[in-house]
Amino acid sequence: MIEFSNYDIIRNLLIATQWTVLLSLAAFVGGISVALCLTAARLTKNPVLTGLIKFYVEVFQGTPLLMQMFLCFFGLSLVGLNISAWNAAVLSLTLFTSAFLVEIWRGCIDTLPKGQWEASRCLGLSFLQTLRYVVLPQAFKVALAPSIGFSVQVVKGTALASVIGFVELTKAGTMLNNATFEPFKVFAFVALIYFALCYPLSLTSKILEKKFNVSR
Amino acid sequence: MSLVNIHEVHKYYGDLHVLKGINLNIKAGEVISIIGRSGSGKSTLLRCMNGLEKYQKGGITVDGKEVTTEEIQVRILARSVGMIFQSFNLFPHLTVGENIMLAPTIVLKKSKQEAQETAKAMLEKVGLADKFDSFPEKLSGGQQQRVAIARALAMNPKVLLCDEITSALDPELVGDVLKVLEQLAKEGMTLVLVTHEMNFARDVGDRVVFMHQGKVWEEGPAKEVFANPQTDELKNFVNSVL
Repeated sequence: MIEFSNYDIIRNLLIATQWTVLLSLAAFVGGISVALCLTAARLTKNPVLTGLIKFYVEVFQGTPLLMQMFLCFFGLSLVGLNISAWNAAVLSLTLFTSAFLVEIWRGCIDTLPKGQWEASRCLGLSFLQTLRYVVLPQAFKVALAPSIGFSVQVVKGTALASVIGFVELTKAGTMLNNATFEPFKVFAFVALIYFALCYPLSLTSKILEKKFNVSR
Repeated sequence: MSLVNIHEVHKYYGDLHVLKGINLNIKAGEVISIIGRSGSGKSTLLRCMNGLEKYQKGGITVDGKEVTTEEIQVRILARSVGMIFQSFNLFPHLTVGENIMLAPTIVLKKSKQEAQETAKAMLEKVGLADKFDSFPEKLSGGQQQRVAIARALAMNPKVLLCDEITSALDPELVGDVLKVLEQLAKEGMTLVLVTHEMNFARDVGDRVVFMHQGKVWEEGPAKEVFANPQTDELKNFVNSVL
């Protein structure tokens, strides 16, 4: 039997961590893109569009991420789409992330006083100009802290991709545990690495929150 | 031909009948004060004049243009009608200068330099020439409101609508804002004010419109209306506020 030193365990975990980071980034970038489109659609105040978005948000916030991942991975292959574990993980995490971000951003845009829209209207700005020059710059500042705070949930959510066989940090931990029979040590390392990824994010979020609160 | 033409305007909020057949003509250069108790419909009427509120019956034209709430129409109107709000509504993420330059550059497509010159001239006019680079939050309420006036003036409007613009100010700051309005009135700007400043309405205004229960209850030359109210409602109102 091969002996695993601490160095071997950490080295292997760190290699797998790259995939956790990559998956988180892909999910976050994907989530932001989808959420931007949904937010724009919501702002048109078209009742059909807003209704659909509300339904979308409810579905993805109201079901476990793991079920969404299963449906993407197994469900799509059932209907004949051959989807890799990576693609299924990115897809489900993107949908999940966007559903939360669109809701966070809705709150941020709604906190802007109605007077900002009215003043823009009275100055002759179009809807898009109002968004571009008045609403989004202000909403962006407010949204930054909670959005980065939410990214912690995305990083932790990537752990579920281990269940559909994608080798990221958690899956690597499980495999190393099977080889070393030292669950406490291995999973402590795994947890530490997650913490090292997430803590800077939540710290950034807290600092930003303070910064923008002071200036108000 | 009057600058603002309001003909038989009715407005409902659901079942609530807030404007009940308003008729009002405003000539260029006139200073009109709309007074009345809260809930009499005066702010609603003002907000109907530039398409912020929909009215269900009747018609309003300003500078020959029909007033509707369609975005395109509102944008055309914005070139003739300026509005100032009780809550200033400056853009907090932009400096004073940027606040004033925003609409002239993106709506009127003026060059940055031209917009800057206008902005500086307007700030001079409201007595805040030194605040060009300040952010609104660093200014007092009275200063913010004067910036809002400068921002509206930079669009070169034919009529300025003022919706209780001194109501949110500390008493000692009201005077500065009223002074600016008085100056504008002297220069011939058409002003429509919804106001609780009765002294201002009487001394600077040309005409006073007293609104009650969604109707123009009484109107006439400012001094006469205050000195010699015809209806009991206006008498009571004048007594309660003066």
